Amino acid sequence: MSKPVNVGDACTGCGVCVSACPFGAITIVGDKAQIGDACRVCGACEPVCPVKAITMKKVEGPQSFSDWRGVLVYAEQREGKVHPVAYELLGRGRELAETLGEPVYAIVIGSGLAKAAEELVKRGADKVLTYDHSSLATYRDDPYSQILTEAVKELKPSIFLIGATSIGRALGPRVAAKLRTGLTADCTSLDIDPEIKVLLQTRPAYGGNIMATIYTQNSRPQMATVRYKVMTEAKIDPAHKGEIVKKSVDPSKLQDRVKILAFEAAKEQVSIVDADIVVSGGKGLGEPKGFDLIQRLATALGGAVGASRPTVDEGWIEYRHQVGLSGRTVRPKLYLACGISGAVQHQAGMKTSDVIIAINKDREAPICRISTLAAVGDLYEVVPRLIEKIKEQKGSGVP
Amino acid sequence: MSVGLNIVICIKQVPETTEVEFDKETGRLKREGVAAVINPFDEYAIETGLRLREKHGGRVKVISMGPPAAEQALRDAIAMGCDEGILVSDRVFGGADTWATSLTLAKSIQLSGAHDIIICGLKTTDGDTGQTGPEMAEHLGEPCISYVSQIIDVKDRKITLKRSLDDGVETLEAPLPLIITVSKDVGQPRLATLRGRLAAKKAVINTITNKEMGMNPKELGLDGSYTRVTKIFTPEPHAGGEVIEGTPDQLADAIYAKLKETKII
Repeated sequence: MSKPVNVGDACTGCGVCVSACPFGAITIVGDKAQIGDACRVCGACEPVCPVKAITMKKVEGPQSFSDWRGVLVYAEQREGKVHPVAYELLGRGRELAETLGEPVYAIVIGSGLAKAAEELVKRGADKVLTYDHSSLATYRDDPYSQILTEAVKELKPSIFLIGATSIGRALGPRVAAKLRTGLTADCTSLDIDPEIKVLLQTRPAYGGNIMATIYTQNSRPQMATVRYKVMTEAKIDPAHKGEIVKKSVDPSKLQDRVKILAFEAAKEQVSIVDADIVVSGGKGLGEPKGFDLIQRLATALGGAVGASRPTVDEGWIEYRHQVGLSGRTVRPKLYLACGISGAVQHQAGMKTSDVIIAINKDREAPICRISTLAAVGDLYEVVPRLIEKIKEQKGSGVP
Repeated sequence: MSVGLNIVICIKQVPETTEVEFDKETGRLKREGVAAVINPFDEYAIETGLRLREKHGGRVKVISMGPPAAEQALRDAIAMGCDEGILVSDRVFGGADTWATSLTLAKSIQLSGAHDIIICGLKTTDGDTGQTGPEMAEHLGEPCISYVSQIIDVKDRKITLKRSLDDGVETLEAPLPLIITVSKDVGQPRLATLRGRLAAKKAVINTITNKEMGMNPKELGLDGSYTRVTKIFTPEPHAGGEVIEGTPDQLADAIYAKLKETKII
């Protein structure tokens, strides 16, 4: 495909277009204007050219994407360990790829990736690209997005999936913009349209009150970030064969405008987004100390502590615990809401949980209507007894 | 730098409630009749900008892309203390996805003068993508730091700040100009003052249309978007189950039994 902006032979290299370009995309090379990657096809250069050498190509009509094939999964890693969301993407990615009759690829960027690459093959990747370099050990926006962009341009996958972790949701838009393609955020379901074979990307919007199905037109790859714990993990198959390609890392791609001065690991073992069990407290706790009880129940169940917005606004607990529209969205196996009335804004962050249990004094509270089980009572009387029962069972050694 | 910082805040006007209706024909939102407010996350971006100005001096310009009615959001931002509001509004901008939105905003910011730092909210409560800030950074060729929880300092054309990721907090240093998206950890947004309200009433809001930008309409709005919405539907509500009453012991027993039944323990 030729460039949408062309510089003809009439160009004298006068440089008028260079200063007209709002994106700094034009340089004079030799005695000719050259349109660089930063070009946004805005058309500002066309009318200013004194010799009419610049022409805009109209990009219209259906394009053929037949040279874009396969499903690529970005495998986020920490200390060489792949984030489980990547296995979920490989699980769903394999199904999508089979529908299309195309291969599944994985890409991993980091340091010391041999084991990760092998695991990705066992989880179903037909080909794994590794970009292994000591200075890529932890996530850095600039180098990761540059490397990923180059890799995608070379591989040309039809579909490119990224886990919607905090890193994935920072990295995805950088890469999509560099590739000039669409990106659908935080998808909860992916399908292939049976007729036109495009990827149907479904995601919640408006705090989960509506679902939108989106597709990518006129650009490839079809990119989506996908919510964690929604798809089924690909099982390990030791017999699955795949190719591991160790890619060399171009030193120019390692440049990073942002310098990391320090890193402080989070205190909690699991964040509310990753936890299988979330025990949350609301205004019904009555006082900040109430979260001690919530923490004890969460610990007994091996879960994380969540909170409603009012408790965070009151300063009873830090923001990172907040569940809801203006907090985090969680989808645990169990969401246990203690003293939370369950306003629409709170429900937006938790209503897709598998099992919802509420403990609330008010049987008319909105949370009771969406709960699998709603216990009408005083949380300060119910929760301690529940903790006892859970501990008893653990102590008795009954599995 | 004695002249202070040129701070740009990007805000969006969103429906006050997320219980919204859709026009089944066009697949578009029915925005009429729903109260519109500044996206709650963007209030933290405004607060961050105002605190930067308090410490380092300079100007806080707030910019919003949307229908003409979005002017009110800009006035509300001025009431909080922002110096100037710019509305980016044109029919051809309508229906833009995050690519086309970020491109239009980037172009508008370039048109409206120099900047040292662009601040966006973490995401919006309606679209909930968090993509516009990072994509804008690519259009502008500037670094982008998402999830900023605290700004430590700005000195010698460099900013030091903290950002909160899933597994911990990074302290980072980056050169100006750059784009950041901020989380609620940056601090509670201030309320509008009486003086601010008066300033907001009097403020002249400049509008940027495509006449000023001079872009090919095919690159804008719905036509310039890479993604298309094909279907909008209402999700199945979480099935409500039993509501039970009883003594604390009975309630604890029932919850315990449910945890067993659902194989959670």
